[in-house]
Amino acid sequence: MQELVELVHDAQLALAQADDLARLDQIRVHYLGKKGVLTERLKQLGKLPAEQRPPFGQMINEAKEEIQQALEARKSALLAAQLESQLGAEAIDVTLPGRGQRPGGLHPITRTLERIEAFFNQVGFIVAEGPEIEDDFHNFEALNIPAHHPARAMHDTFYFDSRLLLRTHTSNVQIRTMEAQASPLRIIAPGRVYRCDSDITHTPMFHQVEGLFVDEEVSFADLRGVLDDFLRQFFEKADLQVRFRPSYFPFTEPSAEVDIQCVMCGGEGCRVCSHTGWLEVLGCGMVHPAVFQQVGIDSERYTGYAFGMGVERLAMLRYGVNDLRLFFENDLRFLQQFR
Amino acid sequence: MRISEQWLREWVDPAISTAELAAQLTLAGLEVDSVEPAAPAFSGVVVGQVVELEPHPQADRLRVARVEVGQGETLQIVCGAPNARVGMRAPLALLGAVLPDGVQIVAAELRGVYSQGMLCSARELGLAESAEGLLELPADSPLGEDLRRLLWLDDRIIEIDLTPNRGDCLGMAGVAREVGVLNRCEVKFIAADPVAAAIDAVLPVKLSAPADCPRYVGRVVRGLDPAAGTPPWLQERLRRAGLRPISPLVDVTNYVMLELGQPMHAFDLQRLAGGIEVRRAQVGETLELLNGNRVELDSETLLIADHNGPLAIAGIMGGAASAVDGQTHDVFLESAFFSPTVIAGRARRYGLSTDSSHRFERGVDPQLQVRAMERATRLLLDIAGGRPGPIVEAVAPEHLPAEPAIKLRPERIRRLLGLDIEGEQVVEILTRLGMAVADEGDRWLVVPPSFRFDITLEADLIEELGRIYGYSRLPSRTPLLRMGFHPQPESQVNLNRWRETLVQRGFQEAITYSFVDPRFAQALDPERQPLALANPISEDLAVMRTTLWAGLVKALVYNQKRQQARVRLFEIGLNFLPQGGELVQERYLGGVICGEALPEQWGESRRVVDFFDLKADVEALLALTGQPEAFAFVKAPHPALHPGQTARIDLDGRPCGWLGALHPAVERRLELEGPVFVFELRADAVASARAPQFSELSRFPASRRDIAVVVDEGVAAGAVAQCIQAHGGELLREIRLFDVFRGENLPAGRKSLAFGLILQDFSRNLIDQVVDETIAKIIAGLEAQLGATLRV
Repeated sequence: MQELVELVHDAQLALAQADDLARLDQIRVHYLGKKGVLTERLKQLGKLPAEQRPPFGQMINEAKEEIQQALEARKSALLAAQLESQLGAEAIDVTLPGRGQRPGGLHPITRTLERIEAFFNQVGFIVAEGPEIEDDFHNFEALNIPAHHPARAMHDTFYFDSRLLLRTHTSNVQIRTMEAQASPLRIIAPGRVYRCDSDITHTPMFHQVEGLFVDEEVSFADLRGVLDDFLRQFFEKADLQVRFRPSYFPFTEPSAEVDIQCVMCGGEGCRVCSHTGWLEVLGCGMVHPAVFQQVGIDSERYTGYAFGMGVERLAMLRYGVNDLRLFFENDLRFLQQFR
Repeated sequence: MRISEQWLREWVDPAISTAELAAQLTLAGLEVDSVEPAAPAFSGVVVGQVVELEPHPQADRLRVARVEVGQGETLQIVCGAPNARVGMRAPLALLGAVLPDGVQIVAAELRGVYSQGMLCSARELGLAESAEGLLELPADSPLGEDLRRLLWLDDRIIEIDLTPNRGDCLGMAGVAREVGVLNRCEVKFIAADPVAAAIDAVLPVKLSAPADCPRYVGRVVRGLDPAAGTPPWLQERLRRAGLRPISPLVDVTNYVMLELGQPMHAFDLQRLAGGIEVRRAQVGETLELLNGNRVELDSETLLIADHNGPLAIAGIMGGAASAVDGQTHDVFLESAFFSPTVIAGRARRYGLSTDSSHRFERGVDPQLQVRAMERATRLLLDIAGGRPGPIVEAVAPEHLPAEPAIKLRPERIRRLLGLDIEGEQVVEILTRLGMAVADEGDRWLVVPPSFRFDITLEADLIEELGRIYGYSRLPSRTPLLRMGFHPQPESQVNLNRWRETLVQRGFQEAITYSFVDPRFAQALDPERQPLALANPISEDLAVMRTTLWAGLVKALVYNQKRQQARVRLFEIGLNFLPQGGELVQERYLGGVICGEALPEQWGESRRVVDFFDLKADVEALLALTGQPEAFAFVKAPHPALHPGQTARIDLDGRPCGWLGALHPAVERRLELEGPVFVFELRADAVASARAPQFSELSRFPASRRDIAVVVDEGVAAGAVAQCIQAHGGELLREIRLFDVFRGENLPAGRKSLAFGLILQDFSRNLIDQVVDETIAKIIAGLEAQLGATLRV
């Protein structure tokens, strides 16, 4: 009996000293294997008198059970330690940067155009396009700007010959759309436009979004409503002050220019707004009867409004860009700021 | 248009501040650009009179003056001005005076002579750009009077940016009228009473082109004093309007133009022959203009001529031969109405832009000419004396602008402005604007005054109503709209998806000018003749691009010069392609890459980009169409690209783009750090997409076999893949090229391409025998068609 107790004790001691699974298995085989110490004891039970067999058998089985449990416990402890050390070895510096290609970005003008288009799409304006090399008729004549009209002096035009020119505004799309489609119409025309002028505040190419809405009951009040709302949404400023000023465009009557409260100084007056507190951002008005006549729309039945905005101007104000020319230098250090 | 506030307030003086006045004008459509002081700040400058003038003992160019400044007090002043003379009155800066440049006048010794102040020129006081000597003041200027008060220099210049329709405000009278309307105040118009003739002298006037010039008013004035000077007040007003005083005759005509808006002209009577004829020029006639240029006249040009020939281009510029000068004592004055259509564009054509042409092309009040003549005569007589003849007026009434009677309907006001306005208020506003309003029951009949020649339509009247009512008070409304969907065809790739795809692959979008440097156009698309601008802004932006590369590669050069070695740019935009006499404007999508394949980082080996990096980007774009198999990369030559690394991109066998390495010679020419890879695709080719179409999934496992095919170098991988596809039958689902190998135990001129072939059946498990048979067919096909062997 005493012998069995010592045997279990020895086994427990051996297990506690075992530091890997192979050693654990050796110990298992030594005590519990087919030829193991305890198995041998069981085999020898037959040699005992019959009445002694059950109590001895039970004691041997209990010893087996005890060793088995110790073995399991040690095994899970060793497995846990092994996993622990594996995890430790696999630890990484999570602050190292990720690998692979890094995304580029859209040009700030595209970004601004996409925003403008998204706003107007929401209220049912669809994008229309037209040619950039345009004829005199669609760029000027049809817009009530005949040859030698003083308004032409405001459009320093690039010419190819006496008929073809680079469009000076995207208003040509207005005309082409009204020629091709029946009213009612609700379009915006984003795109490149060109003027023969280059200095700190002018580039010979820039972008405009022109809008046109023709229907049976469209008034200046609707124009105000849509532009007030657009400008506040665009600048994400619900209380942005917007003012309409009388102005003149040959293709609208009445005409207006639209100022917003300076977004740089909040209307206090700063360099950007020439200390006036206001920034001019848009031109607009009700479609001139002469324009309707050119495209065969009955101006007694239909009224319409049109507006045009300079995309660079809006992008500069929105993103705080201080030099127009940066947009077309395509300097990566500039472009990468708009990712 | 520069407006002196003091001058304006002499006409109309509402009880509002300068800032309020400026804001009011802006909101009425006369946009105020700036408000600036009429003269720079200076102090301590008074009227002085030179009473003695002695040579300076030490300096030839200086003199020593005694200057009286009132109450008998005289000061010793050292002076260098050549025009200084005894008796002259001129501005004197006293000790302690501060001049516009910030200099304070202190007592000083000049070459040994003590000076107690400084006599000043107009330039030194900031009143002129340049000056020949001291600013001479009128002999009756009170001694000791502060110069700022004497010349009322505490004035402000309001600069108004007038729109082309408001020609009526190109004179002080027009602006004053507008301010009067806005403030409901009275305007004190300057009297232009008739000046009685003192002599009988007249010059006959003949209107030979009455449609171009329906009214011509002329007058002879004899016996002017050529020595007379323009009084300072008038000079100051000219200066404040931005004009340079010249001589009383010229100054008076300019002054009347500024005051009333009527351009005038003065001819030297002695240089005129016979009478005046207003006519179109004849081909071959020439004229030497006031600016010294001799111009060839054309038949579109309206002339003022005498019996000897052209005198002036009507309404634009006078001729040199008939011009007044310092000796002129007899003069013929002109005040005419020229039709805007005969002036518009003419000045530009002769490369001229004058105050006169600026006004006539916008329009001048056709009823103003006689008044302007009387006003000019009065001023001239007051300044330079002389005896006027009677006014001669030639007029063709049938060609004068008709005064339109415009109908105005309340319903139309509501429809255009969205405003319900009381009838009384409509009448009140229009009447205030000087219009004659007749009530016709359900509408009004409105006749605008002759000076509002811009108003011809009902819409014009409605704008005036809105303008005076106040745009800021007009309603703002969010309209209710009909709902309706717009088509969103799935068969088209949205532009934004191209952009997003390239951005995600590391590209930065560029926007370059559509006109490009001819040097870049020539290098990158040498076989096409680009469309040239007639008036380019500069030599390097002179032709319209035929390829996006012209702008993109230039942007690359720009960035490389700024230490950017790794560049990935793309652009979407039109190319302008002359094709058989026609011009095609087509949208393209292009890109350029150079430098390292990946941004510098740890853990990835560094590698410079190659053809296949960019090809993968192009393939990603083609994949957006849902039918990448419709596109083929075909080896083909392009004059700007590397002959061994160029692919033409075909869609269903038709070319739609290019991909390749820039030719090293082109790189050298454009000073590029290579290698540079570029692509360009015609947008409409990649714009049409195939909407996805579901196909059944197989429930049976796939099986894979790898084969290494050895072929001659000249055999393209694409051809091998096609051959495998052709012989693989319908079990072959997918072909993956996973290795390209050369050398070692391969014979020279051969290469090995390793393919993984995926086979799968829809109706059963594939047994090895079937797979083996298929592979054998493929291998047999490769051997027969491409001379391939299998590598083991």
